[in-house]
Amino acid sequence: MIGIEHYLVVSSILFVMGVLGIFLNRKNVIIILMAIELILLAVNINLVAFSVFLGDMVGQVFAMFVLTVAAGEAAIGLAILVIYFRGRGSIAVDDINQMKG
Amino acid sequence: MIQTFTFYLFASVVIASGAFTILSRNPVHSVLWLILAFFNAAGLMVLIGAEFIAMLLVIVYVGAVAVLFLFVVMMLDIDFAELRAGFMKNLPLGIALAAVFLAELVFGIGAYQAGNIALGKGGLHPAREGASNIEAVGELLYTRYIFLFEGAGLVLLVAMVGAIVLTNRKRAGVKPQNIASQVRRRPQDAVRNTQPTVGEGVEL
Repeated sequence: MIGIEHYLVVSSILFVMGVLGIFLNRKNVIIILMAIELILLAVNINLVAFSVFLGDMVGQVFAMFVLTVAAGEAAIGLAILVIYFRGRGSIAVDDINQMKG
Repeated sequence: MIQTFTFYLFASVVIASGAFTILSRNPVHSVLWLILAFFNAAGLMVLIGAEFIAMLLVIVYVGAVAVLFLFVVMMLDIDFAELRAGFMKNLPLGIALAAVFLAELVFGIGAYQAGNIALGKGGLHPAREGASNIEAVGELLYTRYIFLFEGAGLVLLVAMVGAIVLTNRKRAGVKPQNIASQVRRRPQDAVRNTQPTVGEGVEL
């Protein structure tokens, strides 16, 4: 029988894989953005699993809001990426130090 | 039986495609693996009866976000081999960190499974008896969370305007439409009535 624990394990593995992706591809912003999408997907699986197994619809409503924010974040992130590439001709994250922050 | 088999099928494919997303050499392949991961996550959600979020995942992620990624990856002319330079150097630290995170999460799940954590059964807003998933979501979304829903719409609007403003640029050598000057143009300034005599023409 499939219980909530199965879903939690899948979503935690996916979450950790997203974190690992950020670590491994530290130079490539596109892969980092994809890893963030993986993390948000794991969060959504978690929300939906708890929503269904506890019989509370609020989790699914909030999964929808997470989806909205993820879509907006991807659009803005890729727009920033495009203008950065236009100006510098590269997307290596290591080079982004103009603000000396 | 069939549920168990389906769950393990979807779960193993979603995890494998997640791994290939972060490990593959070519970012185009990464995007395609990401699409596979989204599809199988949608399958996982259908399996427990959350069809609305599953379909939203397919439409929003596969239809919009993944295609956006694909466009950007294919349009930028980037030397991806050079970007992978630090991959092997980061590998041990990354694996160690991931192992720590995973151990923590599994520990948390194990503690949850052990019980004795008070969870409200039935929840704040249980689905109405006999309502389908999308009806239940809609009944909640359009009543109690209507302002949050409108806020989500606002977030999308701001993201759209922001993306357009960021990537829009003035290019030399093109003459774009200037709506203000078109609207400002009056017949009195643009048209002149003349009475030319025959054979002399009109002085412009």
